[in-house]
Amino acid sequence: MIEVKNIEKSFGENKILKGISTIFETGKTNLIIGQSGSGKTVLLKSLLGIHTPEAGQICFDGRVYSDLEDDEKRELRTEIGMVFQGSALFDSMTVAENVGFPLKMFTKDDKAKIAERVEFVLKRVNLIDAHKKLPSEISGGMQKRVAIARAIVNRPKYLFCDEPNSGLDPNTSILIDNLIKEITEEYEITTVINTHDMNSVMEIGDNILFLKDGLKEWQGNKEEIFYTDNEAVTAFVYSSNLFKKVREAHLKG
Amino acid sequence: MLKEIFNKQTKWSVMRNLIFKEIDDLIIDSLGIVAFISFFIGGVVAIQTALNLTNPLIPQYLIGFATRQSVILEFAPTFISVIMAGKMGSYITSSIGTMRVTEQIDALEVMGVNSVNYLVFPKIIALLLYPFVIGISMFLGIFGGWMASAYGGFTTSEAFIEGAQMDFIPFHIAYAFIKTIIFAMLLATIPSFHGYYMKGGALEVGKASTVAFVWTSVCIILFNYILTQMLLGS
Repeated sequence: MIEVKNIEKSFGENKILKGISTIFETGKTNLIIGQSGSGKTVLLKSLLGIHTPEAGQICFDGRVYSDLEDDEKRELRTEIGMVFQGSALFDSMTVAENVGFPLKMFTKDDKAKIAERVEFVLKRVNLIDAHKKLPSEISGGMQKRVAIARAIVNRPKYLFCDEPNSGLDPNTSILIDNLIKEITEEYEITTVINTHDMNSVMEIGDNILFLKDGLKEWQGNKEEIFYTDNEAVTAFVYSSNLFKKVREAHLKG
Repeated sequence: MLKEIFNKQTKWSVMRNLIFKEIDDLIIDSLGIVAFISFFIGGVVAIQTALNLTNPLIPQYLIGFATRQSVILEFAPTFISVIMAGKMGSYITSSIGTMRVTEQIDALEVMGVNSVNYLVFPKIIALLLYPFVIGISMFLGIFGGWMASAYGGFTTSEAFIEGAQMDFIPFHIAYAFIKTIIFAMLLATIPSFHGYYMKGGALEVGKASTVAFVWTSVCIILFNYILTQMLLGS
């Protein structure tokens, strides 16, 4: 579980996060949504320790991040898996080397054991045939799956995804969403996803945090979002006719 | 940044492979161009010297002497390093800069890897072999001078070799290699700094490479002056 307590973050005069508190639960897909500039990415980067908030606390299962020593912070980071928007795979490594990288860096496993685990994880994301290929030789959707495989290979407690569906076709997006949800439930991970994709909201939103102007505007799940009367949320989520009709149909039962 | 390079070292089994890869990319891949440039510039230095020795009272062996001194003292250590600031420097800046732009450095940091140590330390260790490149440059520069002089009809082979061996001061070799080691550290760190701390996209990677080349060259030229004054000036 990740507990965010009243965090604030500014860049110069510009206050991006204005005191956000929330809980991201274990075994659930926690989604952060909101318009561009609402503070989603800054919140995610604060959770990752890339940005340091000026006020507030972030607790990882009771461990207050700002109170940890540098070594403890690095230790905690080995419990984190991250799927970047652009996948961020290492260009010079093959798919298998990318996936095995965290194991090679942080475990004492021998080559055979690493290869076995890499094979298992690649099978899990249906990419076993691509293990010898370079990232440049595979499609965007496959790159995302490799990034997910790399993020979960070291059995992380926390999984963060920054717009995992951006640039993907609808079929691949659904595949990626389902994969993340399955993995989250299967391995009891605390997953936090930063997304603009309303399909993801409807499909895998166990816990949805809606940000507006650096503040928590609304929080609920994929069921509750159909019934909310929060104008900012409905204006954002149901901005397209398709989702308006989906909502109407859902409300009619 | 300098402190971070040596902080929290990457696992040796991983670092060893990174060092071998950097030796291949930075040292081995540079040998061809260094050999080509050194051979022909050595030849040109010898020809230019020969063409400027118009006074018949000046002995022909001076061509070999001047070529040796030019190549060992300045051409090999300094000017090859300026050329390498373009070749190695732009490679280092663009490869690290691209990793920054594509969030690969963020990925390393999020995993708990000391990205500065992971990316820069192997380059520094690989460039400890840089004097080996400069040694080859020295040899080929003088060899090129000998070939151009002897086979171009500017002097005899014996006269060139006599000049090349004349009044040899072993400290000049030490001076050249001391400079080379300092330049190697500049070549590893300045382009890495510009790549690591760059912001923006693909266009900025190109700009960072250019800026890194300019700063590395400027620092090499300045350090060359300071070291020459310190080591040979007194």
